[in-house]
Amino acid sequence: MANSTSNSNEIDIEFRSVTKRFEDVVAVDNVSLKVERGAFFSFLGPSGCGKTTSLRLIAGFDQPSEGDVYIGGKSVVGIPSHKRPVNMVFQQYALFPHMDVADNIGYGLRQRDPKPARQEILKRVDQTLEMVRLSGYGKRRVWELSGGQQQRVALARALINHPTCLLLDEPLAALDRKLRREMQIELQTLQREVGITFILVTHDQEEALSMSDRICIMREGQIIQSGSPRELYDEPINRYVADFVGKTNFIDGDVVDAIGPLVSIKSESGQVFSGSQPPGAPPIANGNKACVAVRPEMITITNIGETSNATNITINGQVVNRIFLGEHTEYLVATEGCGEVMVLSPKSIESANRSFEPGDHVSVSWGPEAALIIGDT
Amino acid sequence: MREDRKSGRWLTAALLAPTSLWFLVMLIFPLIVILVFSFGERAAVGGYAGGFTLEQYANLPSRLKAFQNTLVIAPAGTLLSLLVAYPLAYFLALRVGRQYKLILLVLVIVPFWTSLLVRTYAWIFILGGRGIPALLEFIGIEGVRLINTPGAVLIGIVYGYLPLMVFPIFVSLEKLDKTLLEASSDLGGSPFKTFIQVTLPLSMPGIATGCMLVFILLMGEFLIPAFLGGGKVFFIGNALVDLFLQSRNWPFGAAVSVTLVVIMLITVSLYMRMTLRSKTGRDESLM
Repeated sequence: MANSTSNSNEIDIEFRSVTKRFEDVVAVDNVSLKVERGAFFSFLGPSGCGKTTSLRLIAGFDQPSEGDVYIGGKSVVGIPSHKRPVNMVFQQYALFPHMDVADNIGYGLRQRDPKPARQEILKRVDQTLEMVRLSGYGKRRVWELSGGQQQRVALARALINHPTCLLLDEPLAALDRKLRREMQIELQTLQREVGITFILVTHDQEEALSMSDRICIMREGQIIQSGSPRELYDEPINRYVADFVGKTNFIDGDVVDAIGPLVSIKSESGQVFSGSQPPGAPPIANGNKACVAVRPEMITITNIGETSNATNITINGQVVNRIFLGEHTEYLVATEGCGEVMVLSPKSIESANRSFEPGDHVSVSWGPEAALIIGDT
Repeated sequence: MREDRKSGRWLTAALLAPTSLWFLVMLIFPLIVILVFSFGERAAVGGYAGGFTLEQYANLPSRLKAFQNTLVIAPAGTLLSLLVAYPLAYFLALRVGRQYKLILLVLVIVPFWTSLLVRTYAWIFILGGRGIPALLEFIGIEGVRLINTPGAVLIGIVYGYLPLMVFPIFVSLEKLDKTLLEASSDLGGSPFKTFIQVTLPLSMPGIATGCMLVFILLMGEFLIPAFLGGGKVFFIGNALVDLFLQSRNWPFGAAVSVTLVVIMLITVSLYMRMTLRSKTGRDESLM
């Protein structure tokens, strides 16, 4: 991770109780956050959750209605975008169509006061073209390039200015799947090379999980949870986060025992499920509505009655669907009283005698340590 | 397959026929007539009397003033219209809220609902002795003459041709991807630099179209100079009206017309070349 260097505690971007209203719509609602220098930080959420507005507040295209935005320790409220030390990669790249690739990339340098010498600009443009693996493309027109190449020009155009922080607004959304995967890796490598803070806005949880050091999950203008990808995946504080980050099975119920180290809920079918509460989650009391969340890869699928461990929670059901995914097989099991449960069975334990067909009666089971009891909000 | 292509070709020909016929009858044929007339002689009672002579062309310098006026005031009027129209189009395209845009655009066209003749008459009054000069006199500035000056003609031109300039520029600014302006600002471009480096070059197609429309129409203008120039500031158009309708010297009128057409062809093709060379952005057509 890039932030494991000596200046790991330096804060690059900070929001202090930032609210942004557009007429009567609250786009960002009292958000406070800190982004460490050199981190790869992501805003993750569905469209309209306030993630793009947050990015625009950093870029300076919008000004907060309330609160303070800090860049490198200084408040930037009221400072227009052209005077801020950050640069952005736009969703549709926003390359200047009337300029060639080199002129696009050199644009930021030409705005400097004093303007660098022509030779200096050309040299830096060539270096940057090389960095994004587009050497020799300087004289091309931007619309002659493929989507991936345009993406790299947009990156180069932002990075040539040595911003303290690079803002990326859904930068990969316009690319096809394979190219997107390549660019994800390329972006990560690039971030480690240049060592500056990257702030990414995305609605793609896989993208956020695979690239970021820290993720901030937003909904309706508020931060729901922020943490490392692992924290968000293993300890989602509520159903929204668990649902957004990775696939999860949920079984609803009422809290019957909120005292012990493990919390128990009773589902509609009368079965009792136990699990731990994630750290940082709001406390729940007996009688509250809650649900048990179990990741599909934590569930074992067996023939009925074969469950090995007595402490395991077991539900019987019938296989409805099987999807072969290569290294995993995904089963959809219709259970008795607990709805459909998804099971991800690794190839290593899938074999001839442990493979199930749609229609087979099976047991699905998991250890209590695999289950989380979480509230709806 | 071949049958298909053949019938397709017939269909193309059939669809193009009305236009071709129109061009032939309404444009090419009259041009030929004018060209033939211009080498002829005036009949004793007026009109055309045939023959072949270069006399009409030798006589062109007698209308030098009309050519001079047209070739100075038409470009000046085009430029002035551009200077007035651009800020207006910019404001309409980039600064006005969506809900007011349509109504303001309609207001730009509303004057077109009345004949230019009537509107120019109004300007005779506004610029005439009892109009603005009278107002100026009221506040102590005396002896201002507006009507029948090149200035009056220019005012009339800007007034009459403004929408023709506003609309193409408005369209090109409206089409402009606004995130390009944000990108420029993000990269450190001040609002002024952003305008010079992004907005202006990307609205060039609109500027080129607007200037072309106004300039071409101005070269043949006769109403505004006749009314607001009062016989002192006259265009080639006025000379033509005079030659064809008053003195009925058709051959000489034809020679003046041919000269005007040649001048237009040269200037417009030079202009097209220029704008095409400095053409910016994608293949955006000029017209």
